[in-house]
Amino acid sequence: MLKLARYLRHYKKESVIGPLFKMLEAFFELLVPIVMAKMIDIGIAQNDKSYIFKCAMILVLFGVLGLACSLTAQFFAAKASVGFGTELRDDLFAHMNRFSYAELDKAGTSTLVTRITSDMNQVQSGVNMILRLFLRSPFIVIGALVAAFLVNVKVALIFVVAAPVLALIIYGIMVLTIPMYAKAQKALDKILLGTREGLNGARVIRAFGRQQDETKEFCDDCEHLLALQNRVGRVSVAMNPLTYIVVNLAIAAIILQGGHQVDAGILTQGEVIALVNYMTQILNALVALQVLIVSFTKAVASAHRINEVLALSPTVLDKENTIPAKNSSDTKVSFEKVSFVYPGAKEEALTDIDFTVKPGQTIGIIGGTGSGKSTLMNLILRFYDTTKGTVFVDGVDVRDYAQNELRNKIGVVPQKAVLFSGSIRDNMRWGKEDATDEEIYAALEIAQARDFVDAKEGKLDFMLNQGGKNLSGGQRQRLTIARALVRKPEILILDDSASALDMATDAALRKALKEKTKGMTVFMVSQRTTTIRNADQIIVLEDGDIAGIGTHTELFEKCEVYREICLSQLSAEEVGA
Amino acid sequence: MSKEKKASGDTLKRVLVLIRSQLPLLVLSLVFAVITVITTLYTPVLIGNAIDHIIAAGKVDFEAIRPILVKLLIVVGIMAVSGWIMGMLNNKIAYRVVCDLRERVYSHLQVLPLSYLDSHPNGDTLSRVVTDIDQLSDGLLMGFSQLFTGVVTIVATLGFMVSIHVQIALLVVVLTPVSLFVAAFIAKRTYSFFRAQSLVRAEMTSLVEELVGNQRVVTAFGYEERAKSRFTDVNHRLQGVSIKAIFFSSLTNPCTRFVNGLVYAGVGVFGAFLALGGGAAAITVGQLSCFLSYANQYTKPFNEISSVITELQNALASAKRVFELLDEPEQTPDAENARVLTDAEGNVVLSHVAFSYVPEHPLLKDVNLSVKPGQRIAIVGPTGCGKTTLINLLMRFYDVKGGSISVDGTDVRDMTRASLRANIGMVLQETWLKSGTIAENIAYVKPDATIEEIEAAAKASHAHNFIRRMKEGYQTVIAEDGGNLSQGQKQLLCIARVMLCLPPMLILDEATSSIDTRTEVKIQSAFHKMMQGRTSFIVAHRLSTIREADVILVMKDGDIIEQGTHEELLEAGGFYSKLYHSKDAQEA
Repeated sequence: MLKLARYLRHYKKESVIGPLFKMLEAFFELLVPIVMAKMIDIGIAQNDKSYIFKCAMILVLFGVLGLACSLTAQFFAAKASVGFGTELRDDLFAHMNRFSYAELDKAGTSTLVTRITSDMNQVQSGVNMILRLFLRSPFIVIGALVAAFLVNVKVALIFVVAAPVLALIIYGIMVLTIPMYAKAQKALDKILLGTREGLNGARVIRAFGRQQDETKEFCDDCEHLLALQNRVGRVSVAMNPLTYIVVNLAIAAIILQGGHQVDAGILTQGEVIALVNYMTQILNALVALQVLIVSFTKAVASAHRINEVLALSPTVLDKENTIPAKNSSDTKVSFEKVSFVYPGAKEEALTDIDFTVKPGQTIGIIGGTGSGKSTLMNLILRFYDTTKGTVFVDGVDVRDYAQNELRNKIGVVPQKAVLFSGSIRDNMRWGKEDATDEEIYAALEIAQARDFVDAKEGKLDFMLNQGGKNLSGGQRQRLTIARALVRKPEILILDDSASALDMATDAALRKALKEKTKGMTVFMVSQRTTTIRNADQIIVLEDGDIAGIGTHTELFEKCEVYREICLSQLSAEEVGA
Repeated sequence: MSKEKKASGDTLKRVLVLIRSQLPLLVLSLVFAVITVITTLYTPVLIGNAIDHIIAAGKVDFEAIRPILVKLLIVVGIMAVSGWIMGMLNNKIAYRVVCDLRERVYSHLQVLPLSYLDSHPNGDTLSRVVTDIDQLSDGLLMGFSQLFTGVVTIVATLGFMVSIHVQIALLVVVLTPVSLFVAAFIAKRTYSFFRAQSLVRAEMTSLVEELVGNQRVVTAFGYEERAKSRFTDVNHRLQGVSIKAIFFSSLTNPCTRFVNGLVYAGVGVFGAFLALGGGAAAITVGQLSCFLSYANQYTKPFNEISSVITELQNALASAKRVFELLDEPEQTPDAENARVLTDAEGNVVLSHVAFSYVPEHPLLKDVNLSVKPGQRIAIVGPTGCGKTTLINLLMRFYDVKGGSISVDGTDVRDMTRASLRANIGMVLQETWLKSGTIAENIAYVKPDATIEEIEAAAKASHAHNFIRRMKEGYQTVIAEDGGNLSQGQKQLLCIARVMLCLPPMLILDEATSSIDTRTEVKIQSAFHKMMQGRTSFIVAHRLSTIREADVILVMKDGDIIEQGTHEELLEAGGFYSKLYHSKDAQEA
């Protein structure tokens, strides 16, 4: 949490004023018992009505002042904490933006989303609470102690004993219960998991006749939670009775000791009442503190999670002297002895990859699941850095480019067709910020998407839902292809992205790509042999190794793996054709 | 309105019925609650009495004070013990009730017809079982511990105050609710600010979900700067509304505290004047101090009760959703004298089977089929033609609406569901795995399987290779729903799961759709072995996987339109041959 304190730097004034005024309010609250004591000792004892009235007015004045202070404190605390939250959120988002795929794999994108939303909110309200309340409770405890000493030292000694005992009880119960609550929460999560699995797996569970076993497992989880809850409950409900005993013991002692002091003429009756009141104020303050600490621990946990994200530093970085983008005429992309191991993995995802691609070529990449096809594409885009070897684009090591310039050369169509909420035009402009409608339409035409876009209400202005859920899978895929084409990339990567298209559209798309994008180097990753059989070069991957490079006919003759793939998909006559 | 009220009354009644099982504990808890409250409220009286014996120098009556203090300690002791017991009882009751309810709901889920589960989003049911029941638990707990003690406190405080002094009691009664009005007033104003805040917050959440959730696409298109400026824009708008919402919502406490302060001052002045006045209406200083502490205490239960009531309303709304789920009718139970199917031969006969998910759209109209033991039946046809429905009926996930399905001569409705399903091994397109180790998942049906058996099944389904390469091999824990496995790997595990038990009949519904074609060819040979002598039903997209079936059923719009072997159907030149050739044409 302290690490994040720097985000308050622009709100120093507010972060001081907030707690300060809160303490002022507490100060007025601490004065009330004294005024009351005076009212009793002077007003009532001396039968002075105007004095009583004066005291009452002072009490009201204190009330008004307290309210004013409190409002001031709340305002500045709100301003500081929200400011803190806003700056931290901005920073966190910018930080996440710099993550390469390696960090995204490590943290997981859904986790990142929770970090910047719910964890952030938790921390923000934690800061707000600290600014408003964290100093208040200790201040009241200490203030009440001081006030007690001012009234009577001998009686005040009782406070010196009672206050720490109270604090100890509250602290002790918290220390005992917080880990128990965490355990109970875990047990509840298990129930959530059990229910979800029971629902998702209903068919399988029934098919295998496992209903009773699943129910028993679930009931065991429930009973486990019950046991944990009761155990926590036993400890946590002891808090009130225990503190109550201590406070009343202290009050009894105050009355006894106070009685002696009054008898000796050192103390007055009103002052005894004031002392009793201070005791209750201490109790209230400590109870408030306890509630505070519970939410504070939550905020600390969230802050810790946010710090984890901030501590994760991007691994793919631009060099200091990057080379400006250029075009090479003889080789567009080449791999030299490239190997790659995913962070944390044992085995290489790619081993010793060597190949060269000329400008304007179409390259097919084929292989089974997990053979390294997508990894290969990710290395061209420098989403990861190679473990060994070098990837060249236009004759330059990809690590020597600025990432933006490198990726500007490339249009990617990812495996999963992801679109964003907004109009079709907004989505198309992801590829090129200032794309004109003409450019967009040209891209849509190649991607075989023009017809259905024209049929939509508003055409390019047609609004997509989040994820493009109001389009069919095939339509989404065609739009993602168009999005990649809008920037007229030098290199186009289609990562198994025709899978949602029917055969006819797939064929038309390939035809249009061939005719209308002269000079573009195209990488086509696919599981379908039909999609890639006409490519200039086909790279066959098998468990991270290149099993063969060549044209369809060459590979079918020489490459065992390729032949097997073909035979599994086509009839013998077709293959030969 | 009145209907709604009645419904919520019914829900309340049913919640009370739930609690009834805990009646003895409940009564005990109430008794302790009364004891706790009364002893708590009695302490200020005793303190006041003691203070009345401390008047001034030389006028302190220790003889009178001591017994009062002894009494005070006894009272506090009783309060502490009974308070602790009450708290524990409340926990025990609420948690037990909720635990039982949850178990009941879960076992109810197991006997609900699949039609319910298929037609209701899982997320909704899930939130009923987890969130709603949790809400009910909180509501019950608060209801017991605060609503009841709150009410008793208010009543008892009134009693104590009136017994000491009627006029001051009246003053407190009239003034304290003012703080409630203030709180309500602020809450109303705050609401609109909160709404504004939650709107912007929702906007931010969906933006973050889109952009951060798809960070890979953002990186690929170099969209970082634009993403950042969009985020900053929302973030700063959020800042504006948040400050207002947070500030106004934090007004409640200081304002009610201010009102309480006024009450305190009022009681002080009025009490002081009365103390001066002498006569019948006069009060002692000790009684005044007692009143002052009541004035402080009296508002607390009011403030608490208003929040408890909201909590209870939420709890009732949640309870209603849980009861709705419990009220869903169960599937028709197995007939009493239902036959237990053992070692089925695999004679399957469908005669005049009709079925529809919704009465307005009949899906299967009149399906007839006779399958001999050991035959391999492939079912093909366009999406929505009824392939999967047929599987649902064979497994008796749904019951036919007309006609009948029989296995080995017995109508499936006349045998136990469990024994029918135990005779059929099923692999579905949707792969479901349980969180646990890979070995546990393969041995799902047979938890006592040896590791050798498990490995043999994995080898047969070609899963052994990828399992071996995982960090912990067969002991690798797979995350919920196999999150760390690819779709193809999950499918291989599901096949291994069936390979382990090998029942007399098989159903493969798009079982290899996510596996690459080369591996699929290899698995096919394993399937071949597996299907030897077993009646099997195969649903598939890829025509290559079904060519070798004994009978191919071609379905369209809920009817079987063609039936025969691959060669026969091609020869006939019907729908199947068109389907087959069009695919050829496209692939060429």
